[in-house]
Amino acid sequence: MLSLGSGGAKSTKPSFVSYVTPEEIKSEKESQKKERHPNLLPGEVVFCSASPVLKHTQDDLSQRGIFGTLLCTNFRVSFVSDETPLEETTQHFRNKLYGENDIPLMCVDHVYGVYDEKRKLITGGFLANKYPSKFIIHCKDLRVFQFCLTYTKEEDAKKIFRGIVHHCLEPKSLKCVFAFAYAHAARPEMYTAEKTVMFDSSADWMQEMKRTKGNCRLVTNNENFELSTKLPKYFIIPAAVTDEDLGQFPGSGLPIWCWSHHSGCALFKSSSVPTNQEDGVVQAYVERMLQAVAQNHLYSVKTEDLSETLPTIQDIQQSYTKFKQFFLIDNSTDFWVSDVKWFSSLESSGWLEMIRQCLYKAVEVVECLEKENTNVLIMEEEGTDLCCVISSLVQIMLDSHYRTLAGFQGLVQKEWVAGCHAFLDRCNHLHQKDKECQSPIFLLFLECVWQLVQQHETAFQFSETYLTVLSDSVHVPIFSTFLFNSAHQMESTMKAESQYSQRGPLTCPAVWDWSVQFDCKAQQLFLNPLYSEKLKQEKTLRRVPRGKQHQRQLSLPSSAFKTPPKKGFFKDEADSLKKLLRVKRLSRWMVSPESPVAGSTSEFYEAWQRRPPDPHGLLLPCLSGPTMRLWMQRCLRWIPDSQIVGGGPVAVTSKLAELLAQVQELQSQLEPRGCCENQAVSHRLQPCPIAFTRTSVRLSSSFPFATGRTWYSKPAIPTSLLHSLMVSDKLASQDDESSEVISFV
Amino acid sequence: MEECSSDESLNSRQLSAHSLSSSSRSRSERCSPARTPTAPISDPDISTPLSQVRGKTPAKDHLELLVNEVVEIETKDVTYICPFVGAVRGTLTITNYRLFFRSVTREPVFVLDLPLGVISKVEKIGGASNRGDVSYGLICKDMRNLRFVHKQPDDSLKKSVFDVMSKFAFPLSNNLSLFAFEYNQVFPENGWKVFDALAEYKRQGLPNESWRISKVNDRYELCDSYPAALVVPVTVTDDELRRVATFRARGRIPVLSWLHPQSQAAVVRSGQPMSGVSGKRCRDDEKLLQAVMDANAQSHKLFIFDARPSSNATANKMKGGGYESEDAYQNAELVFLDIHNIHVMRESLRKLKEVVYPNIEESHWLSNLKATHWLEHIKVILAGAVKMAEKVECSKTSVVIHCSDGWDRTAQLSSLCMLMLDSHFRTIRGFQILIEKEWVSYGHRFQQRVGHGDQNHTDADRSPIFLQFIDCVWQITQQFPAAFEFNEYFLLTLLDHLYSCLFGTFLFNSEQQRVTEEAQKRTVSLWSFINSQWEEFVNPLYVHYDTHVLFPSVSIRHLQLWTSYYIRWNPRLRPQEPLHQRYKELLAKKAELQKRMEELQREVVNRASASPERAGSPTVPAPTINTFI
Repeated sequence: MLSLGSGGAKSTKPSFVSYVTPEEIKSEKESQKKERHPNLLPGEVVFCSASPVLKHTQDDLSQRGIFGTLLCTNFRVSFVSDETPLEETTQHFRNKLYGENDIPLMCVDHVYGVYDEKRKLITGGFLANKYPSKFIIHCKDLRVFQFCLTYTKEEDAKKIFRGIVHHCLEPKSLKCVFAFAYAHAARPEMYTAEKTVMFDSSADWMQEMKRTKGNCRLVTNNENFELSTKLPKYFIIPAAVTDEDLGQFPGSGLPIWCWSHHSGCALFKSSSVPTNQEDGVVQAYVERMLQAVAQNHLYSVKTEDLSETLPTIQDIQQSYTKFKQFFLIDNSTDFWVSDVKWFSSLESSGWLEMIRQCLYKAVEVVECLEKENTNVLIMEEEGTDLCCVISSLVQIMLDSHYRTLAGFQGLVQKEWVAGCHAFLDRCNHLHQKDKECQSPIFLLFLECVWQLVQQHETAFQFSETYLTVLSDSVHVPIFSTFLFNSAHQMESTMKAESQYSQRGPLTCPAVWDWSVQFDCKAQQLFLNPLYSEKLKQEKTLRRVPRGKQHQRQLSLPSSAFKTPPKKGFFKDEADSLKKLLRVKRLSRWMVSPESPVAGSTSEFYEAWQRRPPDPHGLLLPCLSGPTMRLWMQRCLRWIPDSQIVGGGPVAVTSKLAELLAQVQELQSQLEPRGCCENQAVSHRLQPCPIAFTRTSVRLSSSFPFATGRTWYSKPAIPTSLLHSLMVSDKLASQDDESSEVISFV
Repeated sequence: MEECSSDESLNSRQLSAHSLSSSSRSRSERCSPARTPTAPISDPDISTPLSQVRGKTPAKDHLELLVNEVVEIETKDVTYICPFVGAVRGTLTITNYRLFFRSVTREPVFVLDLPLGVISKVEKIGGASNRGDVSYGLICKDMRNLRFVHKQPDDSLKKSVFDVMSKFAFPLSNNLSLFAFEYNQVFPENGWKVFDALAEYKRQGLPNESWRISKVNDRYELCDSYPAALVVPVTVTDDELRRVATFRARGRIPVLSWLHPQSQAAVVRSGQPMSGVSGKRCRDDEKLLQAVMDANAQSHKLFIFDARPSSNATANKMKGGGYESEDAYQNAELVFLDIHNIHVMRESLRKLKEVVYPNIEESHWLSNLKATHWLEHIKVILAGAVKMAEKVECSKTSVVIHCSDGWDRTAQLSSLCMLMLDSHFRTIRGFQILIEKEWVSYGHRFQQRVGHGDQNHTDADRSPIFLQFIDCVWQITQQFPAAFEFNEYFLLTLLDHLYSCLFGTFLFNSEQQRVTEEAQKRTVSLWSFINSQWEEFVNPLYVHYDTHVLFPSVSIRHLQLWTSYYIRWNPRLRPQEPLHQRYKELLAKKAELQKRMEELQREVVNRASASPERAGSPTVPAPTINTFI
């Protein structure tokens, strides 16, 4: 591990002509006395530091800034202000691991150097001796930092810049990730017991199958990854798959059970079988697998090759790369310039369209399960990217359990973590040069969930803030959750690392242990105050037969008990169809002849829409263009120009929380004291309203993020708007009152 | 089970199930009780059968006539070609107020019910087919088009239902009067009393040492499109005002609209100065604006906002108009706000309608939306209003706003600016006052802009200026969801009655016209209707922040297309359940618990006085508490 030295003591007074405000000069003088350090985490080591560094504030064009010390540790790039931090009473949403001026190394997206007013992208392996006068860091959570090295001693400036470039951009090995240093140093008992089902034991899987009344076979042969290192430790397959088939193409082509519908049909996902095999063998194998899925319940089966109809992971990466640029904004001018092109930029990025396509596909699968009661097998090259997106979305739409906080976390564990989504490669945590593998698949999933949350505000126990925080946590190198490509990699790495541990096997916290990042108060913001909880009576009912909940759904015309498809149907029918479909990327489902043709999804949606709303029943998204919205909290929270002071969704949330508190207060007053019902009630998750300190501060639309900043109460308005509106026709020059011309003598 | 109910019901389905049957659901809300007239137009559900399937209320599927409403013609076997559900066969009824179509061939019953006032154009599509069918298209002002097919009557002398419809849809073109003059429903509250100019000025602390209320326009002789009461600086005499009137477009002199309670910075509105090509000046006008500046001791500057793009303002010079030159007006700074004229806005809305009705092209939605420029116009208007509000609030400087005539863009800007600055206008009553004051009394030409009862659908004076204002208000309510006492339904109702010709509120071009037409005597005010069922229009999340000034973000990233207005006819875009229903449930729950609490406290007090030996007991009997809700 290359360390660039920890800087050493720096007490030299920088000599520069100051044109900064008096307060800044004052604070600058103070900085000579002591060099500030952030509160280091267990296992965190400072590599290098430099002082004074000027951090530009984005707030206006005057390019003012704050002086302070810039450090690079094995966990983060950290800026410690020389100004004594204000007593932040509003900062109740503080992340315990990193502050507002900290950037976890994994969170760094791009670094730009400014050389003679020209911005240049810095890439890994960049070892020029010339360090820039200013550099800009774009973060994966969409923050933008600008640091100015003009006032820093040359030697320090060089060191810190090279240090940051080295640690943030150059390829590194997995074992250098901070999580292991942290795990070595931190006490493992810190981690509280999980409420989330982790799906790392056979019991968890059995329980899940029981819960959904699935009727498949749990495979435990892979406990030591003997079958395949790509497969989960435990997984469930159709009962008809033989042990022989299990090992035929290690890790590929197996229909892996995801979830069972109450009607008995189920959702499966699989990876594709390598094509270099002999054709006949593969065909026979695929045929057998399909039969296995179909025989599962005598229902017909539909297969969907996601790579045929959904964008590739490279497309997704490209689209997101375009999309995120609209939010990585350096200054006010850029913001208003890009505002003019907003709709065309947004459309050209195609990001919203990708979200729509995923949701659309998920609705199609839901329709098959819910309305036609057919088994569904979704396929994909690896079987762990878009398969995870679609299967998770389907389960959220169909099963209200996954709309609770714990249920959702369990779902991510089941489909993504235990399901071997290649987080390490997709997030490119190790800054590999080969960027082919990088793609924000998990973020795409969260975006889809966000759309659902937006459209059905009473159906989800968790809030938008929860999703935003989760999307940020992907880039915090503490948690085991998003660190590995597979269950096998996780286990082998942890085992290897444990050798150096004096205290027995290492454990990294899962991201679900939110207390690692936030205190209880802050965690309250994860809950949706509008969530309509299930009645307790129903809760108990659900454990017994799951009838009541779904009675309504069965009223749909159901075509259960279809005859199994004719042998060979998939090959013949599908092939000709496939050819057709290839022309259009966004094609329809490959349907069996007896199913309704295109347009059925909209009928399905409309039929659902007519039903009375049921936050615990089936949930479908409206997919029309105008309803696909931008995840404003995540995207706009750091941009000062887009803040709405005193407004935004928090205005609703705080008012609601206040109302809820009043209701709860009244209820508790009315509750007969000492009544045993109280206990039963109190353990349930209920959002508490404490998080809002209203009246004293006007919260901004970026709440609870970026609260430490002071927003100008003055509104931000672009200087010139006209050029945005190219109204060039005759109308523009016409008079308002065409009928009467003002005559002037 | 009963024990836990008091807690559970907070989130329970039972609660919502309960509300399903009650008539208080927000969707059904729109179906107002029989005595109220709005149900037909303001309920978007009615137009499609989908709504009724949900069975939230017994939807109004038979014709309920309003007071003095008369059926003019009823024709069976008419086919309505619905863009969403296809052809529907049924009976078409035309009254002197509405179009009512009902079909029982489908389950559930399909009903279409709209006031004839929303119809902009009736056109015959194609000739009679060989089966004798004729097709008619109705182009509506409320973002939809309707298409009917029916058999041509055998007797060519007999009038068809569409001839009758055309007659009553355009009463003014047929020498009939608007239905508003027939309709004389009595409401518990008289909405004409909502706005009293003097009372409103009094609320703002006027008159005071710097401002007086002038009666110079008492008989609408100074300016026929201005109200009778005008607030002007004390130092300017009525004679001087008369001279100013000759210099301002249509006599619309600079008058005060709003005064900042602390800083005394004023919002002043007027028409453009008639400076012309020669740069004519008017000393009285200069004195008046100087007096406006002097009335505010906090600032030695005055901002004059010209709502137009500067090129248009310059072009107006050729026609005798123009803008204030900075030589003539010392210490005044002129700012152009780049808002386009009524024709551009009309065209923009026309394009928007094309994009959203009946179907949306999903793959190009954003670029199609962008091509309409509608949201960009909204952005520019909002930005203008924010600039004004910022000058008044942050710089404590008085502002003057004008466009060409001072009744379109000026009304939008002054009212939006006041809405941002003064929380009073964000209440239901305050907003009514704002509209009465800045729009109605200051002469927004509602009659011409909407084209009430007039068949000349190509009239270039028509323009969606008021709609655009309401859209801007909606945008602000989206950004500040707790700052307004009224809800979205209130805004929708306003827009529906902009076209309905049921109420007198939006029928006239000026206060003078209202007086001569005896509107207060002969028509009913929209506010009578609204204030008589107040609770329908209340935002349950409203928090009254007295001093808060709202500065909405004008970034297009924060602006949304108002789908529940522009795309409300498309059943797919409707939410399954409007959210504020849930808020209402919460509020109802709170109110109920509060009531119970009070009852119990009273009971405790009563018992304490009745039986002193039990006075110390804090417990209250359980059964009375845990009632099933």
